[in-house]
Amino acid sequence: MEKLFNVSSSPHVRDHSTTQSLMLDVIIAMIPASIYGVWQFGLNALLVLIATVVACVVSEYAYERFMNKPITIADGSAVVTGMILALNMPPQIPVWVPMVGGVFAIVVVKQLYGGLGQNFMNPALAARCFLLISFAGLMNDFSSASLGFDSLSGATPLATLRAGGEVDLASLIIGRIPGTIGEVSVIALLIGGIYMIVRKVITPVIPLCYIGTTAVFLFIFGGFDVNYTLCEICAGGLIFGAFFMATDYVTSPLTQKGQVVYGIVLGLMTGIFRLWGASPEGVSYAIILCNLFVPLIERATLPKAFGKGGTKK
Amino acid sequence: MNKYMERIYNGIWKENPIFVQMIGLCPTLAVTTSAINGVGMGLSTTVVLVLANILIAALRKIIPDSVRLPAEIVVVASFVTIVDMLMEGFTPDLYESLGIYIPLIVVNCIILGRAEAYAMKNNAVLSAFDGIGMGIGFTIALILIGAFRELIGAGMIFGVQIMPASYVPVSIFILAPGAFFILAILTAVQNKLKMPSATNGSVKKKKKAGGCSGDCLSCAGHDAAKAE
Repeated sequence: MEKLFNVSSSPHVRDHSTTQSLMLDVIIAMIPASIYGVWQFGLNALLVLIATVVACVVSEYAYERFMNKPITIADGSAVVTGMILALNMPPQIPVWVPMVGGVFAIVVVKQLYGGLGQNFMNPALAARCFLLISFAGLMNDFSSASLGFDSLSGATPLATLRAGGEVDLASLIIGRIPGTIGEVSVIALLIGGIYMIVRKVITPVIPLCYIGTTAVFLFIFGGFDVNYTLCEICAGGLIFGAFFMATDYVTSPLTQKGQVVYGIVLGLMTGIFRLWGASPEGVSYAIILCNLFVPLIERATLPKAFGKGGTKK
Repeated sequence: MNKYMERIYNGIWKENPIFVQMIGLCPTLAVTTSAINGVGMGLSTTVVLVLANILIAALRKIIPDSVRLPAEIVVVASFVTIVDMLMEGFTPDLYESLGIYIPLIVVNCIILGRAEAYAMKNNAVLSAFDGIGMGIGFTIALILIGAFRELIGAGMIFGVQIMPASYVPVSIFILAPGAFFILAILTAVQNKLKMPSATNGSVKKKKKAGGCSGDCLSCAGHDAAKAE
């Protein structure tokens, strides 16, 4: 009854979705990729997943408890951060590395800036880049990531492509390749991405603009080779990043036009990093850099309020 | 405490150039990759600071007001050149690792700041003590930052292995981002412990104003409370 008589100013939007339900949908969407990663890479992958999520949730609880803030672990955002971070880890990584990353993601990137909704860059990705810089050797070691598949050891497909080698497109799509836990299987990721679009958790604008621009860029500058372009798109973290990380509500533009611009800038940066950067992969750096551009993009694409900005006759 | 010791206390605690005044951050962030670099940078800056303060204070009545900045810079630059040559001659390793930041002491805003704010208005002896205080404060801050960065980023302090062999160094801490993390954490600790700095001083006496739990004198809540 109390809610019925609630008086508030406009806009009077009624919606049943909550932070919790949205986060739950994102978690469900990541389950196919997680299951595939654990099935392919074995128990250490599962351990990494669990440990990272626990580290994120515990550090969020501890920080909020210590700082006398309301405890928000029930909204699931720490779980999502933990899962994304874990899926970005090489499968054979020692468990303490992603746990350090989880604490960094929650405490430094998210909570110090004011908690959910205030962080200026994606916490999971910022933590991944922190770990990449800190523990370069451990984070780039995919050599033993081949449980059960002898043929899989060795360089990641992107490194092979960079070196001018050939990669089998079919195994890229299924995911029989070395890589991080969550990024390998395009099919599993697309199932999750389509689930989120159907459930209206995300709109397809950012992923499509992002992947499309990357494809065009790599097609033009990679020598007009269709097979190469398709391999580049399916390899590495592009699909995972486009659907799960670039679409983070907090760090992506609100406006439709802004989302298009954001997707295109992301695609250009990823293409540039992949073709001419020091490392064969550039998705994480592209996304956190573009996170920083978001306020600018939003300011430039802010729609005019109804009745404002017209010319006098 | 006499007025000379007060200058030194002021430089180390009350108006520490790094943790309280937040000036001279460029060399602070750039060279503190290890504790020994912090010592080298801190001491060379201290020498320049003391000598420049003395000379500028001695010349303060001769220097015309309209050209005081160029005059101060010339004095500072002369001393920096001397220090630069001495370091190249006697401590070549340190000179090598500090690199461009030795000549850049000329534009360190602590030195020009002290010349402008203190040496131009006070006599040479007081200015010398002011330079010593600020220099020691700067050196302590650099050593602290350098030691923490070296400890976390390489497992060592002053080149001595501190961490157990199984410790994996977090190498981001000896790269640029680590300097910001450590500086921020140490400043936060300084604030949290309410050390007797200029920005923390008066807050202890009164209750916290408004919703802010900060310690800044310039806080709007503080001014509002004062107005009441």
